[in-house]
Amino acid sequence: MRIYAAAVYLFLYIPIGIIALFSFSAGRNASEFAGFSLKWYGIALHNPFVVEALRTSFTVAASSAILAAVFGTMAALALQGMTGRIKVLFDALIYIAVMIPGIVIGISTLIAIVTVFGWLNPLIAAVWPWDGPAPQLAMGLGSLIAAHTLFNMALVIIIVRARIAGMDRSFTEASADLYATPFGTFRQITLPLILPGILAGFLLSFTFSFDDFIIAFFVAGANTTLPIYVFSSIRRGVTPEINAIGTMVLTLSLILLVTAQGFLQRKRKG
Amino acid sequence: MHSTAYPQAPASDQNPIAEFRAASKHYGEVVAADAISLSIMPGEFLSFLGPSGCGKTTALRMLAGFEAPTSGEMLLDGVRVNDLPPHKRPVNMVFQHYALFPHMNVADNISYGLRQQRPKPAAAFVAQKVAETLERVRLPGFDTRRIWEMSGGQQQRVALARALINQPKILLLDEPMAALDRKLRREMQIELQSLQRALGITFVLVTHDQEEALSMSDRICIMRAGRIVQIGAPRDLYDAPNSRYVADFVGKSNFFEGTLSSVSGLMGAVDLPTGPGRGRLGQDVAVGRKVSLSVRPEQIYLSPTGGAFAVQVRNRIFLGEHTEYLVNNPSLGDFLVLVSRQTEATLGAFDPGQDAFADWTPEAALILNND
Ligand SMILES: Nc1ncnc2c1ncn2[C@@H]1O[C@H](COP(=O)(O)OP(=O)(O)OP(=O)(O)O)[C@@H](O)[C@H]1O
Ligand SMILES: [Mg+2]
Repeated sequence: MRIYAAAVYLFLYIPIGIIALFSFSAGRNASEFAGFSLKWYGIALHNPFVVEALRTSFTVAASSAILAAVFGTMAALALQGMTGRIKVLFDALIYIAVMIPGIVIGISTLIAIVTVFGWLNPLIAAVWPWDGPAPQLAMGLGSLIAAHTLFNMALVIIIVRARIAGMDRSFTEASADLYATPFGTFRQITLPLILPGILAGFLLSFTFSFDDFIIAFFVAGANTTLPIYVFSSIRRGVTPEINAIGTMVLTLSLILLVTAQGFLQRKRKG
Repeated sequence: MHSTAYPQAPASDQNPIAEFRAASKHYGEVVAADAISLSIMPGEFLSFLGPSGCGKTTALRMLAGFEAPTSGEMLLDGVRVNDLPPHKRPVNMVFQHYALFPHMNVADNISYGLRQQRPKPAAAFVAQKVAETLERVRLPGFDTRRIWEMSGGQQQRVALARALINQPKILLLDEPMAALDRKLRREMQIELQSLQRALGITFVLVTHDQEEALSMSDRICIMRAGRIVQIGAPRDLYDAPNSRYVADFVGKSNFFEGTLSSVSGLMGAVDLPTGPGRGRLGQDVAVGRKVSLSVRPEQIYLSPTGGAFAVQVRNRIFLGEHTEYLVNNPSLGDFLVLVSRQTEATLGAFDPGQDAFADWTPEAALILNND
């Protein structure tokens, strides 16, 4: 049994370990180690396509994580006031949203956006008051951020709701009892107490968006995020440069996940 | 509007600081408060006493403004406040588990109420008030402590300080001592009482601990299933309970059941298995009804030589000042007798298994309905 478990972990982590290991190889072949070197990291970070993809990924991840944190928190607070069947229904819908396969979200978001754009573009053209062609809404950064925000909101709602549920109702009552207005109570009591949950939700959202390939593949339009760049360059063969990019993404994701976990573990301190 | 008349606070020319006028609170089918009528006088120490689920917290929450009555009226200083939100009411509450804000230190917790005022009071003024209040609850120098770095008793004092610093018209306390151990609880009770005397603030306390209510309050409201069954000074409730429920809840009592056979003036006689037992009429009773003769354990004499009821001592519990005996009469069953140390010194102690005699005066017995 123990050997079996060990084997599972081995198969799970050896490929990842190999990628990380070979990213430090000095050779140009991705599958044979030829001396330690950081040269492929240098090459990756000097590749204008990589830098551009990285910038896109950061923009999308940061924007969608911020939007998701703000709107997800608002939704979680609103859901808190609900009771009975509606609450159960909304809870179920949110969990389902997280579990739906990425490919389904990707395709359905693509179809939804295309449909809406197909409907809006003639409208805009019709009311466009200036000379020259009216701008066309198209797939791009906006649609990618929107799609990621949608998914990330579900993440944030789940995390923040757990945080709110763990908060004693008497804190907000005590605040009201001590003359704080409803907004004062929100600003001074509720927000600080759920802030660790919001930050954790933000970091998880960022990680998800930064790593996501499937949804981005469908709705990114002409934009290339880092995962899309990696995917397209793999078709020309795996180079140590890809290994280096993979290792950097992995490291960043791990740091964010551990930090998020740290926020979630934090119980009493504010 | 409401028919039940309760004895009110000692006559005074002051107006009530708060009033319940037939205030009811329904949660769906559950009636948590059932037409409560009560006037709270300025400066008094009032307690709500009753078993779990009888509606004590609900009554307090209606005063604080967390619950609006389903019907009836709530008044503060003669003004109807049914729909006034908690943050606009000049009352403060000490919560059962204190509800101290975990992300603030002691000083920030205590000054919270002051800091909500607009325009904001000066920082120096706030700091001075905090220091004064900490002094008052005997926690000087605790300003920068975190909440979780303090014991339960200290947290309780902070909760008290956080409410008192606002000089509320009424201080509401929901079982504030429930989480403290016995000795600390006693200390806090004495401290609360002297604070109340010194500040002259009206205190409303919720408790299910009768000793606590009896020792601290000017008046006690005994509650049962959402209703107030009796209001009075501790001594009056103890000496003149208006129902078997109150007699049972306030202090200990023995109940001997029988049929009321006759009434003359304020006295009556109950057909006990041992013969007629006389007692004072404690409430409206009708001849021929099943009633109880209620006798407090300390009102019963125990004697080795003579008395109306031959008993056998079953059990003896040493309580320090007193000794509590469980005795048995073949017709009356088991009942409790409390013998003081002094009496024991003259009559000697009784041993389990020993035969003795018990008796009481008719004035010590109270005739109450079996409800
Ligand atoms: N929010 C609520 N929703 C539904 N029922 C409630 C609610 N709050 C209280 N109740 C019910 O109202 C009744 C009175 O409750 P309350 O909390 O006032 O009792 P209590 O006397 O304070 O009891 P305890 O000593 O256990 O604190 C109980 O039957 C309780 O279940
Ligand atoms: Mg209660």
